[in-house]
Amino acid sequence: MKRMQTFLNGLMKENPIFVIMLGMCPTLGVSSNAINGIGMGLATTFVLVMSNLIVSLVAGYIPDKVRIPSYVVIIATFVTVVQLTMQAWLPSLYASLGLFIPLIVVNCIVLGRAEAFACKNGAVLSILDGLGMGFGFTFALTLLGAIREFLGTGKVFDLTIYPEQYGSLIFVLAPGAFIVLGYLIAVINKINKT
Amino acid sequence: MQYLIIVISAILVNNIVLAQFLGICPFLGVSKNSTTAIGMAAAVAFVMTLSTIVTYLVQHFILDPLQVSYLQTISFILIIAALVQLVEIILKKVSPALYQALGVYLPLITTNCTILGVAILTITKQFNLLEGVVFAISTAGGFGLALLIFANIREQMEFSNIPEGLKGTPIALITAGILAMAFMGFSGIV
Repeated sequence: MKRMQTFLNGLMKENPIFVIMLGMCPTLGVSSNAINGIGMGLATTFVLVMSNLIVSLVAGYIPDKVRIPSYVVIIATFVTVVQLTMQAWLPSLYASLGLFIPLIVVNCIVLGRAEAFACKNGAVLSILDGLGMGFGFTFALTLLGAIREFLGTGKVFDLTIYPEQYGSLIFVLAPGAFIVLGYLIAVINKINKT
Repeated sequence: MQYLIIVISAILVNNIVLAQFLGICPFLGVSKNSTTAIGMAAAVAFVMTLSTIVTYLVQHFILDPLQVSYLQTISFILIIAALVQLVEIILKKVSPALYQALGVYLPLITTNCTILGVAILTITKQFNLLEGVVFAISTAGGFGLALLIFANIREQMEFSNIPEGLKGTPIALITAGILAMAFMGFSGIV
């Protein structure tokens, strides 16, 4: 029961983007279409799960004073793993995500979960927490990407819904990211309150 | 000439916050009034310039000769974290007044993605050291400019009548979107 709850927590009640609002930079930066959103989301999920697992295993051995630097090193290791793997197998996705892959290191969600959850809980719960948070993040990114792609180019997941010339390009460009996310959070606030 | 292009491009055309989406957290977090915005911008400028110099030297004199450039992410983030601590300790000893002004913002800077972002961008854009420093200073200037404008808008917004659901983050994001639209007007200058 508690395991299920830990997993669902990140998806809904404590969704990292819509509710606790951590990790805004990659959210706005890579969500210009749904595919990029999924790619970035899954990369972050992998880092979250692995760093949560390792942190929960070694938390007892790390002196309190140096815990943050040690967590950062653990996280940076897995980010490098993702970076090299993606460069080798998914070069086109790697090119479009660009700078935001190494920047997973400074994504507040990853360090936040290590500090707030993984260092106090066991391995299984930490993995589930990482999965829940990661999927919540992926869901938010994909939703935002799909909306921007739909409004901007008339496509969702590269499937054409309406002809491209009727789309307004502004939603794919920088201002659209801020505006769509703003309204999305407003809608979710409204739903959560009622 | 090429330095002027770097400056204009980093401050106006490719503004780090409004066009490249780095440093959104401090942008939304500390932009409630202009005094804190200036403090944060100054701290960022200071650390960004220092860290760009150090990471540039590490990349070119340690990582490249040893052919271990895949360690870039790990080494850069450690350098930045150590540097922030060092700056904090030195400032406390040497200039207590400056430490008073910047102190609160310094620990926050380690997780500010603009610092790591600029360090990596300097390497990927293959700048030399001087270009890197100019790039870092002007990027910090662009960050400060966006933060200051945004803080002033938010101070004005305190008195406006905002619909219930849009209060807080949503209206801040939408305002940032309109600001980003204004900055888009600069595209094409360089």
